[in-house]
Amino acid sequence: MVAPPTSADLALPEVLKQSGQREVFCGLTSIVWLHRRMPDAFFLVVGSRTCAHLIQSAAGVMIFAEPRFGTAILGERDLAGLADANEELDRLVRELLERRPEIRTLFLVGSCPSEVIKLDLQRAAERLSAQLAGRVRVLNYSGSGIETTFTQGEDHALMAMLPLMPSSDEDQLLIVGTLADAVEDRFRLLFERMGVPRVRSLPPRRSTELPPVGAGTRLLLAQPFLSGTARALVHRGARLIESPYPFGVEGSRLWMEAAAAAFGLAPAAVAAVLDPLEIRGRRALEPHRRELEGRRLFLLPDSQMEIPLARFLARECGMELVEVGTPYLDRQLMAAEMALLPGGTRLSEGQDVEKQLERVRAERPDLVVCGLGLANPLEAEGIATKWLIELVFSPIHGCDQAGELAELFARPLHRRQRLSFV
Amino acid sequence: MELTLWTYEGPPHVGAMRIASSMEGVHYVLHAPQGDTYADLLFTMIERRNRRPPVTYTTFQARDLGGDTAELVKRTIKAAVDRFQPEALLVGESCTAELIQDQPGSLAHGMDLGGVPVVSLELPAYSKKENWGAAESFYQLVRGLLKDQLPPPGFAKPSPQRWRQEGRRPRVNLLGPSLLGFRCRDDVLEISKLLASHGIDVSVVAPLGARPADLMRLPDADANVCLYAEVAGTVCSWLERSFGMATVKTVPIGIGATRDFLTEISELLGVEIAATSEAESRLPWYSRSVDSTYLTGKRVFIFADATHALAAARIASQELGFEVVGLGTYSREQAREVRAAAKQLGLEALISDDYLAVEKAMAEAAPELVLGTQMERHSAKRLGVPCAVISSPLHVQDVPARYSPQMGWEGANVIFDSWVHPLMMGLEEHLIGMFRHDFEFVDGHRSHLGDGAPAAVPVADAGPGAAAAQVGTLPSGPGATATLVAEPLAESLLAEQLATTAAESIQADGPAVAGASVWTPDGEAELHKIPFFVRGKVRRNTEAFAAERGLARIDAETLYDAKAHFSR
Ligand code: SF4
Repeated sequence: MVAPPTSADLALPEVLKQSGQREVFCGLTSIVWLHRRMPDAFFLVVGSRTCAHLIQSAAGVMIFAEPRFGTAILGERDLAGLADANEELDRLVRELLERRPEIRTLFLVGSCPSEVIKLDLQRAAERLSAQLAGRVRVLNYSGSGIETTFTQGEDHALMAMLPLMPSSDEDQLLIVGTLADAVEDRFRLLFERMGVPRVRSLPPRRSTELPPVGAGTRLLLAQPFLSGTARALVHRGARLIESPYPFGVEGSRLWMEAAAAAFGLAPAAVAAVLDPLEIRGRRALEPHRRELEGRRLFLLPDSQMEIPLARFLARECGMELVEVGTPYLDRQLMAAEMALLPGGTRLSEGQDVEKQLERVRAERPDLVVCGLGLANPLEAEGIATKWLIELVFSPIHGCDQAGELAELFARPLHRRQRLSFV
Repeated sequence: MELTLWTYEGPPHVGAMRIASSMEGVHYVLHAPQGDTYADLLFTMIERRNRRPPVTYTTFQARDLGGDTAELVKRTIKAAVDRFQPEALLVGESCTAELIQDQPGSLAHGMDLGGVPVVSLELPAYSKKENWGAAESFYQLVRGLLKDQLPPPGFAKPSPQRWRQEGRRPRVNLLGPSLLGFRCRDDVLEISKLLASHGIDVSVVAPLGARPADLMRLPDADANVCLYAEVAGTVCSWLERSFGMATVKTVPIGIGATRDFLTEISELLGVEIAATSEAESRLPWYSRSVDSTYLTGKRVFIFADATHALAAARIASQELGFEVVGLGTYSREQAREVRAAAKQLGLEALISDDYLAVEKAMAEAAPELVLGTQMERHSAKRLGVPCAVISSPLHVQDVPARYSPQMGWEGANVIFDSWVHPLMMGLEEHLIGMFRHDFEFVDGHRSHLGDGAPAAVPVADAGPGAAAAQVGTLPSGPGATATLVAEPLAESLLAEQLATTAAESIQADGPAVAGASVWTPDGEAELHKIPFFVRGKVRRNTEAFAAERGLARIDAETLYDAKAHFSR
């Protein structure tokens, strides 16, 4: 068992606020996993060629012939007012839906250009929803880089779905945040075994099957970047279960226990389900722990998953935290995590990438967690890296995944040991 | 407003980044929101660059918009100049900043930057694209750096043959190679070697590897070689107009073009060039050797940037004996040349940046080989047709570790290998044709070559559109590598005629439609002689034919009747 936090650990970590160049994706990037989660939804970015190129580059490969995302690229005519942007959008949506009759929900996704020219996508969504009534629901949110970073795109997408969620005071556990389907199934099963009456998810697998929300809803965040959604659900009567996030054995156990406690389930029944998981999870973790123990870790801000991951890597894998960067810090949603961080951990919020890289070079950590733009240059300087974007696609939540999660971080170190050119 | 799913080109500021990143000593300050920093990964991941692109972004946010974004621009410029001490500074904006009109270029000009040359880039993001942006940025940078050297109006053009009077070897600049361009690194080496072997020096290579000071030496050369018109066309014509420098325009990709290139350059510079023999490259002999007989008339579909599409059309039709059944480009700036080349081949060029239109044209042309970009590689994979990548946009695979130029004699060798290997080796094809009815032969087992896996289509339950959407880069199963199953000629023609007539989207061989006509065993047997990549379509066409006539059974004769029907 991991020792409970001591009072020294509870000392509030120092937070370094930085402002300067940020090296972080914008919220549009979330489309890459959201469209996979909801196969009956289409994400139409209203933006520029840059936006189209960003999603294409972030998606990495052109996996689908006709992906369920695309960009309505604004042209000079739209900007000069020669074409009525709203009419153009209506035309484009009509054509798109004719081609893709299986689409049930269409998200109009705002970008920096659409925000700056103040294209009212909310009105557009209402207008199109009315036109397409009964066939396709049209929602809107902003994934623009001037307002959102990377994973915040999911937060905004979920908030857009919220008004369509029916109200019900029925008792339920609502897991919020995209999980890999297999991981989600696993959690459901475990919660059922513990005796949780009803488990539902947001986002749902089918965009039209939105869960209800109300006074009976206990809200459990599966991802740490859903501040807006959490607050909005609380506003609709849900009660937020405060807990660390389900990364690693400890985090996952605390997360499930917190949910069980919210339903007043008998601790013995809960322990009966979780104990074997914990033993197995720790066993899987062990070889990777040996590799990671004592290694120094620097996390650059990227996905907003940095603090929970740092907590897991420090407490369960024995890594030493040099700096934990996060694009922004939601103190309420991170409270349980921060309490578990080793005392004196240096946290940084925001970014000034040049200065941060100077700190990286000065500290010479054993492993740097960073985005794709920085990984190879750091490797070339002799610093091992792990890039984070795949973590938002991979099944990494839960006790059963703790070993795999640790392995993702151990692999770059392990690989260095294997390679030899002499 | 235009719907785009996948794009061939990024925005124009990515073109500017290609110029800055290709060079040494240049820094680019880009007024752009944080998400635009994604473009760094194009260089660090696709090109595996060991350093970050020399780009500083202002990463302004919504809350900055109410305040003074111009101040942010100035702060960023100052910090970048202090930190990186560039020899030349590019200043520009991306799509969003263009809308807020801070005019970072003018701001930079108004600042005291210790004498660093500043070039302001205005790249209209809502009408132009990446290659245009690269060409324009390269041009603006060269023009900015050479402005003090401009000869007066009415100056006497320098002779490209002045090297004789000056008692030195002739020298040329190689212009256009850049990062994210196709095989530029190796082309530069190959062409430098080729020129050196004929006594011609390379003065400046730019933008790849050049410093600003090198650009200031451009007029010292006797001529410019425009290797990639997409990037260097604008600069070359400006140097021609302003400095009277001649441009060598032949792009030396392929045997004939390399010869033409040497002829053009020797006449221009007045250099005696030793007669080149066919033995400079293996391509001519390999193409003549009996094994290559099977290449004769192979149907090839070409879609690429203009430079590589034009080169491919010539090599395919003249040097490999293929039949070009489709030719197109996404480079609108060079559309005229591609149209002309297509016309010579009796085709109409496809000028488009809509990959779905390209895929449709590809399916209709029923090619046996596709030469294209990564986008066409995916389309070809879906159609089960082998493909060789010949042009940007790039994938990490298109930046190979080994030396693999496209230009010059060695480039021709590389092209022979990389285009022919995805097809089946001649004898192998012949043997499979002979033995395909033996029990050991497993249909669907194809050669070890190429990578087009004709995936079985998992039909999604969500509706008709979904099926197409779900066809992915499915992992290749055992034996799911590569290419066409061999076919006797008559059957192949049958297949093609049946396949080309329908314009519907192609799927892999699917199950027969329930409730329709029933295939007899001999009908099925005949159907299975047809290459799998058109089999699905042949099946559907024949079934449609049978249904129209109310035939309950489809036998081999029905198949041939359908052939006759569709070949009208
Ligand atoms: S940062 Fe803005 S302009 Fe850039 S890709 Fe994201 S939404 Fe588009």
